[in-house]
Formats: sequence, structure tokens, C-alpha cells
Amino acid sequence: MILHRLFSGDFPRSRVLLVMLLAIVAGLVLTPFIFPGAKALNVAAKACIFIVLVASFDLLLGYTGIVSFAHTMFFGIGAYGVAIALSHFGPTWAGVAAGVAAALAVSLVLSLVIGLFSLRVKALFYAMITLAVATAFQTLASQLSELTGGEDGLTFKVPELLSPGFSLSEHPFLGVSLDGRLISFYLLIAATVVLFLLMLRIVNSPFGRVLQAIRENEFRAEALGYRTVVYRTLSNVLSAAFATLAGALLALWLRYNGPDTSLSFEIMIDILLMVVIGGMGTLYGSVLGATLFILVQNYLQDLMKFASEGLGKVPLLRDLVHPDRWLLWLGILFVLSVYRFPTGIVGKLRTAARKS
Amino acid sequence: MKPSVPAAPALDALPAVRPDRVPLMLLPVLVLAALPLTGSLSTWVTLTFAGLAMGMIIFIIASGLTLVFGLMDVLNFGHGVFITLGAFLATAVLGRMTGWTESESLTRNLAAVLPAMLAAVVVAGLVGLAFERLIIRPVYGQPLKQIMITMGGMIVGVELIKVVWGPQAIPLPLPAAFRGSFLFGEAAVEKYRLIAVVVGLAVFGAMSWVLGRTKVGLLIRAGVQDREMVESLGYRIGRLFVGVFVAGSALAGLGGVMWGLYQQSVTPEMGGQINVLLFIVIIIGGMGSVGGCFIGALLVGLISNYAGFLAPKVALFSNILLMVAVLLWRPQGLYSVVKR
Repeated sequence: MILHRLFSGDFPRSRVLLVMLLAIVAGLVLTPFIFPGAKALNVAAKACIFIVLVASFDLLLGYTGIVSFAHTMFFGIGAYGVAIALSHFGPTWAGVAAGVAAALAVSLVLSLVIGLFSLRVKALFYAMITLAVATAFQTLASQLSELTGGEDGLTFKVPELLSPGFSLSEHPFLGVSLDGRLISFYLLIAATVVLFLLMLRIVNSPFGRVLQAIRENEFRAEALGYRTVVYRTLSNVLSAAFATLAGALLALWLRYNGPDTSLSFEIMIDILLMVVIGGMGTLYGSVLGATLFILVQNYLQDLMKFASEGLGKVPLLRDLVHPDRWLLWLGILFVLSVYRFPTGIVGKLRTAARKS
Repeated sequence: MKPSVPAAPALDALPAVRPDRVPLMLLPVLVLAALPLTGSLSTWVTLTFAGLAMGMIIFIIASGLTLVFGLMDVLNFGHGVFITLGAFLATAVLGRMTGWTESESLTRNLAAVLPAMLAAVVVAGLVGLAFERLIIRPVYGQPLKQIMITMGGMIVGVELIKVVWGPQAIPLPLPAAFRGSFLFGEAAVEKYRLIAVVVGLAVFGAMSWVLGRTKVGLLIRAGVQDREMVESLGYRIGRLFVGVFVAGSALAGLGGVMWGLYQQSVTPEMGGQINVLLFIVIIIGGMGSVGGCFIGALLVGLISNYAGFLAPKVALFSNILLMVAVLLWRPQGLYSVVKR
């Protein structure tokens, strides 16, 4: 019963999927204990942040059927909000709160304006407009260097509890020192869980049903009496707000923010790939997609390096598996997913579970 | 339709469509308005030519994109990949002919550049054919998937280009005879910009001729206005579309060569970077309109050069501001041709 309320009645509905999700959650939560080293912790933290970010994009793309290329803009606003507040007011919790609040306000206004102006038009047009706006915003962020630090970005201190120098106890627990990094990590995990469950709640509410109705058939939803423009705009605003929060988490974790870490178009492409490979229209897909992508991004290169060295003699094939070409293979997987299995991994697993 | 329609009027009784010349006036107005702002005549001439050259190259690239959209509601987010492909082919061809590109003789330079352009056009066209088959055909009529899959096509395409040519920037020097400037009084006009303007005008002329004077062009224009009517008259619009797509890709390849020579260096990311500019141009021009695309491209080229000189900070946003201004005036773009 409690589980039912917690997950808003939307369970994985596939045994394989459940096992995979449990493995991912366990792996992320226990990372500091089972995978020692700073790299593993960073990868796990990045996976958490991207789970929130990708889920918020799925709210828009998978549930409402809107393609926006301005999602990293909101991600960046969140990250810059925290970064600017903390570097101007010093490392206090009030600074964090002010930064997040200001970022949310900016995202709210921007997403509302973009939504009202351009959600009335066709999907293609909206995609183009958001692409143009996001590019302009990126230029703006790198130009306002007094505020944003320009291309170099901002490095800042976080509140003491989260900083690496802070220590909870002299004695390490199970071989892991209880420092600020660890506290940050678990706060990040907690935030991820809360935000994810909140989004799960939203998509399974009556409001979420209307969004899905609009995705399936906008004309019919309108004929039923729903003001589709209002719902689409709200969906846009909500997804922007969650992306902003993800951005704030990113900035707090990295203690740095610059245009390339949160605003670049590469991240936008990455999110798109994560959503589609994981499965559009299923929030669980974002967990799978984001984790898989981050793992591939960080560890596939090692594997490919191995393969590339093995193929030392074969010229073209060697370049195809060159460690820097990992995006090629994910891109091919992406194209195949879009028309072979548009519901992604989660959709495939659920269909398989329903058949058996 | 009103109930009291007179009996079908004779063909010659059809009222002539009055051409809409207002957007055309924008160009001379802009160019003349910039004259007092820039201060000196020679700067103005230089800037105007730079703007026209840039605009022409953008037009060459964007024209295919807008026609493809007009015909089939297909917007290729991966159009940029053909630009990159064209530019890299040019480095491959010209790189092997350094003896000819470095010679002072114009004929030898041309003998090096023309094959490079030809290679870019042919290969980009062929890749366009494959792209249409593999990437776009399976998702006709599904805009959401189309946006994503063309984006995916671009990712794969750029990565493949990196596989062949490597991820780093490759210099693409201008052939010797194209370097330097002509002097008109005090005004210096780079030779290559003049060439770009000439090539751009030639492409525009050829395209206007095909679209306005041939049967294929008639069908394309009719298809842009009303696809189903053309189909019901017995023409296979699908084939027409493939042809237009291939031609558009080939033109993007040609534009890539010209853009690469303009920048004098090519990177695998250049196509993606120019994509946004292309979208702005075809939105300004009105989706599906070649004439609008021509005016839009020239406006974008001129304004970014004038703004770059007068107010460099503003220049970074000049294109977006231009788009907003045009859309406030005409929400469908300068020329609205698509009746959907």
C-alpha cells in the first residue's frame, strides 16, 4: 500500500526491468563502499543528476510529445543560479536557497514565454525556435563574463557541510572516510529519489493523463474540452523547473559551472539519446538510459581502446572502434531505436513481460 | 466558397497574382540605411560585399532545406552534415592538387577548384540519396520521430566524418589567384567574396529558371502549394521529393566547399554550427519559399556584417533579433507559400 502510494501505482511491470532498476539503485547507493576512488563516485553522481534531467525531459518529450532543444538552457540556468549566488554571497545555505529560487524564477518566466509564444505552432517550428533561443542563451552566458565568468566559468565554495574538508568523524566507516563529499553524495541521492518520485506522481495524475492524451491525439483532447495550449505550456514549465533543479544539483556537486558543463549543445544531444534509448514516455526509461549512457561515456572508451589496439593493423576498422568514436555507436543505436523500438528498452521489456 | 459562383471563368480571365514586392524592398533599404551609419563609403562597400557573399553562401546551403520542407513537411535537422561533407571533400581534393592551387594562373586554380566542387556536389548528392532512403523515408509524416532521427543521422554522419578525416580542424587555403582584393577607389573587396556572389547569383538564377520555366519546376512549385492535388493529377510526388532532396544535399555540399574556403579551415562541427543560422533563414523567408530564402539569407549576411562592424556585442544576437522582428511583422515569414 505504501509502495503503491510512493510509486503512484506505476510499477516497472516487468521482472527483468525490476531487477535492472534494483541493480542500478543498489549500485548507485553503494558506490562509495563497493567502487572505491573519486572517478566512480563522480560517475555515480553524474548518473543521478542526469536521471533527474532526463526524466524532466521525458515529461516533455515522452509524455507530452513536444521536442524542445532548449532543455539544457534550463539546466544551465539552475547551475548558474547556484554558481552565481555562491560566488557572490559566499558559501552559505541562504546563498544556495537564493540561487535556486532565482534560477527557478528565471526558468519559470522563460519557459512560460517560450511556451505561450510558440507552443501554438507545429512541432517542427517549436524545435527550431527552441534551438535558436538556446543558442542565443549560450552566447549570452559566455558574453556576460562579469556575472557568469564567461568561457572560464565560475569556481566557488559550497557550504561547509558539503565541502571535502569537512569531516563527520575521525574513524572511517567500513573503510570509507565520512567527509563532506560523502554527505554531498547521499544528499544528492536523496534529492534524486524525491524528485523522481515527484515526477512519477505528476505523470500518473489526472493532469499527466491529459498530457498523454495530447501526445496521442491533440485534436481529440481539445475536442474533449481540454485547453491543450494551457496543458502544453504547463508541461513545458514543469519540465523546465525540474531541469533547473537538476542544474542546481550539478553545480553543488561539481563546485564549478561553465558553459560547457551545463549549457552546451552536446549535452542536449546526450539527453535526447538517453531518453530515446531508455524509453520515451516511461520515467523508468530515464533511469536506464541515463545510467547506461553515463557508464558507456566513461567506461566504454576503455573497452574500445582495447579493441582498437587489438585491431592495430586494420586501418578503417581500427578508426571505427577508436575510443573517441563512442558517440558513433550510440548514435547508430539511437537511430535504430527511433524506428525499431521507439519505446526504448523499457517498452521492449514491458512488451515481453506482457506476452509471457 | 460562396454559393453564387459564376460559371467557370475562362483561363485568361484569371486575375494576375500581384507579386509581393515589399520584402524585396528590405534589401536596398537596409543597404542604404547602413551607409550613413558606417560613416565611410569604402567601409560600406567592403561590408556590403562581405554581407552579400556570406548571404549567397547561406542561400546555396539553405535553399534545398526550405524546398524539401515545402514539398514534404520534412525538416532535415541533419542538413549540416552535407555541408561538412562538402567542405572535407574539398580539403581532400584540393590537398592533392597543391601544385595547381599554389600556381598563380587562374585557369589552373579553377581546374583545381571545379573538380573539388564537382566531387562535393556528386558525393553529397549520393549520400543524400542514401540518407533519404535510410533515415527519412521510414518516418514520413511523423514529425516527432523525424526531428529525432535526422538529428541522429547528423550525429552518426559527423562521427563518420571524424573516422575518415579525424576530429581536428583542417586548413583549407584559398587558391593563389583567389587571394587578395580588388580595389575600387578606396574600397577593398576581397576577390573570393566577389566570386561567392557570382556563384550564388548563378545558383539562384539556375534555380529560378528550373522552378519557373521547366515542367519539373512547375510540379515542384505546385507540390509545395498543394501536394495532394498534384498527386491526384497523376504525378508521383515521392519521386519528385527524392530528386529535390538529392539536389538540396548536393547544393549543401557545394555550399560547404564555399563556406570552407570562406573560413579557410574546416572542422567536423561546422555543419552543426551553421544549422541554427539555416533555420533562422528559412523561418525568415517563409518555410518552403525559395525567394524568401534568398532574401532572408542576404538579410542575415548583411546584418551580421554591419552589426559586427557597428556593435560587435549585438552582432552575436543580430540573427535572432532579425527573426523576431520579421515574425512580428509577418508571422509566417516573408513569403508564406505553404498552404497547410
